[in-house]
Amino acid sequence: MNHQSPEIEVRPVDKDKVKNFLRVMWYLAAITALEFAIAFTVPHEFKWVRNVVFIALTIVKAYYIVAEFMHLGHEKKSLKMSIVLPMLFVVFLIFILIFQGNAIYNTLY
Amino acid sequence: MADGAVLVDESKKSLWGGGVSPFKASYGKVMMWFFLLSDAFTFSALLITYGMIRFTHPSYAGAIPDFKFSQEYWPIPEKVFEAFPGMHALGIESAPLIFVGLMTFILIISSVTMVLAVEAGERMDRKGVEKWMLWTILGGLTFLGCQAWEWAHFIHGADISMNAVGNFITGAGLSSNQYGPPNFAALFFFITGFHGFHVFSGVLINFIIFYQATVGILERRGHYEMVEKVGLYWHFVDLVWVFVFTFFYLV
Repeated sequence: MNHQSPEIEVRPVDKDKVKNFLRVMWYLAAITALEFAIAFTVPHEFKWVRNVVFIALTIVKAYYIVAEFMHLGHEKKSLKMSIVLPMLFVVFLIFILIFQGNAIYNTLY
Repeated sequence: MADGAVLVDESKKSLWGGGVSPFKASYGKVMMWFFLLSDAFTFSALLITYGMIRFTHPSYAGAIPDFKFSQEYWPIPEKVFEAFPGMHALGIESAPLIFVGLMTFILIISSVTMVLAVEAGERMDRKGVEKWMLWTILGGLTFLGCQAWEWAHFIHGADISMNAVGNFITGAGLSSNQYGPPNFAALFFFITGFHGFHVFSGVLINFIIFYQATVGILERRGHYEMVEKVGLYWHFVDLVWVFVFTFFYLV
């Protein structure tokens, strides 16, 4: 069996930290449950409302995973910005390709 | 050491001049972040391509209860992914999105166990790292098993096959697809496959680090930063799934 080496000092569990992780876990679980509730209760006729809410909740979940689990929220601002700002290119691509998709649709149908 | 620190404090200009960590994070961690950024671009491109191709197809216009699979329009995802292992034995006809929901929860929980492994590593708690890494690996393997089942079910097809242009199609492949336009299946294989490959490699890397922790390599090194780095990768896999879940299954 493996035992801790005697010369290594194991520090006690940081209770606040673990509490924070569990709090984030419950947020993620609750948001996912909410998404399910919306998927099954809000009828498909309200497609746009559904989709906007789904995407908003997804971004909230992504924020918690990146900021807390991946610890980016507690890193230096320059590192934060180096990772988050390039994602603006993705926003740009969304607009380009969605318009492109619509244009193809209008040509086909 | 002390002299060097004083030198840096004297001149703010040398922040990027070498000798210090400008991001207050180790080289390995920063590089992991930039790798994940590039990976995020890849996944974004795939998901946005899904959006574009979906917009080039008509969407189903009729009433939801009358929905039937057809190659003429994009399917409603919850009508496609409505199977659960053993549901027919229990007499359940359809369980829309329940299985992917389970997969989502498995991945969230494995993300939590990963973060607890990182926390144990910061305290030099070898046993804690071993325990939580093992739970994380188990979560990853469970997820992969679920995905294998989902793929098998998707490829073999549902019980009711559709009749499109006189052809009888069962299941989904790259050229024909029972559930809708062939592109729907192609994108499903590409996006969930690429994500599944990330889970697979994540499990592999997690296992290597688990092994290194177990034999005491990390303890002798004096820190458990490798656990933190693979943790970043693992959380990223969870993060991607959050988006795949929304854009493939919900929207």
